[in-house]
Amino acid sequence: MRSRDQGLIPNISKEFPREKTLDMFRRMCLIRYFEFNVKSTYDQGLMPKSPIYLSMGQEAISAALATTINKPALFGQHRSHDIYLAFGGNPEKLIDELLGWPTGCAEGMGGSASIHCPEIKMFGHDGLMGTQVPIAVGYALATNKMTIAFMGDASAEEGYVLGSIGYAATKKAPVLFVVCDNNLSILTKTSVRRSWTMADHANFGMPSVEIADDPWLIMHHVNKLKLSLPAIINIHTCRELWHAGTGRDGDSEWNRFELTTNELVKLELGTEADRIMRHTIDYLDKLWNEKLKEQK
Amino acid sequence: MAKTVAETIKEITRQHLKSGGAAMGQCLSAVGWVGGTVPDMTEKEGLLELSMDDTSGSGIAVGYALAGRRPIFICRYQGFMHIDASQLLNYAAKSKDLWKIPCPVFIRSIAMEGAIGPVAGSSHHGMMTRMPGLTVCAPMTPKEYEHVWKTFVEKDDPFYVSEHRRSFKIDYEMPDELFYPEPDITLFPISAARLSAIEAADMLSHEGILCNIVHLLWLKPFVVLPGILNAVGASKYGGIVIDTDFENGVSKSIACDIMQHASRKVRVLGLEERTAGFAPHLDNLPPSPEKICNFVKNIIQNR
Repeated sequence: MRSRDQGLIPNISKEFPREKTLDMFRRMCLIRYFEFNVKSTYDQGLMPKSPIYLSMGQEAISAALATTINKPALFGQHRSHDIYLAFGGNPEKLIDELLGWPTGCAEGMGGSASIHCPEIKMFGHDGLMGTQVPIAVGYALATNKMTIAFMGDASAEEGYVLGSIGYAATKKAPVLFVVCDNNLSILTKTSVRRSWTMADHANFGMPSVEIADDPWLIMHHVNKLKLSLPAIINIHTCRELWHAGTGRDGDSEWNRFELTTNELVKLELGTEADRIMRHTIDYLDKLWNEKLKEQK
Repeated sequence: MAKTVAETIKEITRQHLKSGGAAMGQCLSAVGWVGGTVPDMTEKEGLLELSMDDTSGSGIAVGYALAGRRPIFICRYQGFMHIDASQLLNYAAKSKDLWKIPCPVFIRSIAMEGAIGPVAGSSHHGMMTRMPGLTVCAPMTPKEYEHVWKTFVEKDDPFYVSEHRRSFKIDYEMPDELFYPEPDITLFPISAARLSAIEAADMLSHEGILCNIVHLLWLKPFVVLPGILNAVGASKYGGIVIDTDFENGVSKSIACDIMQHASRKVRVLGLEERTAGFAPHLDNLPPSPEKICNFVKNIIQNR
């Protein structure tokens, strides 16, 4: 049953060294406060009114993965600012991209939905839901290098996604399939669309887990799953804003960022966490302000 | 003995796999299905049997292309391209424009000569010409195939190669037939329609109707070469693009391209605008030599 504690292991946060935890939190902050700036800029009409897909609320997934897996090939979907930032994409180039500038990571061609970053082996997405999954499987088979295929709970239902997961299982492709399950296809809930789950019914015999987006829990499972690829991890998370755009339909089921900062206090890392947060906010605010000045 | 098209493809594939490339498709080991065009090699050597999920197979090929393996993606029925095409058209064809990341897939898409109902009969290359970024061609001879492969290797674009099973046994070349300085008409046939066009031109010559033939290998981008314009310009009744696909596809597009530069009319003749059935009388075959002859005579009579 979907909940903020799904699969939670007591005291799991204590399993990780302080540096690892803070590194993970640094990435969460980078994603969250970057997206705050996007929202603010978009709402003020200071950037092109093309569709934008914000990762706010879902920060823990990419942050935990990037902290745990070293230099994988990355295949994301339309909502992938988080992947780009967590794995080390240049924030400045992402701002430029969102502003439609030729200095952007995709020179203005990608917008929000089709960003890419060769420096971190992040491939762009073409806009068709789930195509990144068979493409990731092909890439992994061709290179035999660790690859992450991100998908949403909706694209997981695409025929070619299921077909290629099955093929990866058959050929032992080194892919970690990550389902960022926010329970929504725009506004249609998962239970309306299907009676099955990825971890129980679409794992094709691969190792699979279904958990909430607690970052330490993700790191715990990914550390194990990465040793027995291919594997599936279905992570329940909450999209704070609309599918596309910056609107909000009330409070989300849970606020993982807040839960994470509370846990950091329990770990006696509150002061460091607060410093990271403020530093990130200052850095990103300054960066965005400079870019917006340039724009004028 | 000269090499056939099938042997040429097999040899190209063998060499490609030996140099680290990859080839993939469904039912590759089934005798006769891909016409003996695949070398007897293993998965370890780069020959990959895909699962029967058509929709993911093309995506897997795209992934191989992004990894630099220049995959040969074999579509055993060109009609299956209707479900295979999405990732080839929307990803492979766009990748270079969008991200400056080349995605060179060599798509071998095999057309049948009818007799297979509504799904897979004949060619379906027309729909593949709609997307910028994809090169589309229809080789019918060993040297043409080699030329297409060489061009693919020299470039970094995805190629859609509209093959026809009738070509597999061909072991000779088919040069343009520009026999007449002032012909009645010039035929511009595509794929297996080239065989019918040659027959038709011969039959018409016995009736005193003079046809030149300019074979069309490259369908997209289609370049209106001076030879094409000269041929159609010298023809009393212009030209006909003859296709193994439906007329509302690349044939009309090519006819239009030629007419934008020529003063003569260029007509099209392809599959009939209806779905093919399994019963022989319900099939929908590419224009036969007789049909081409009648079409030409009709043009001349109704001038």
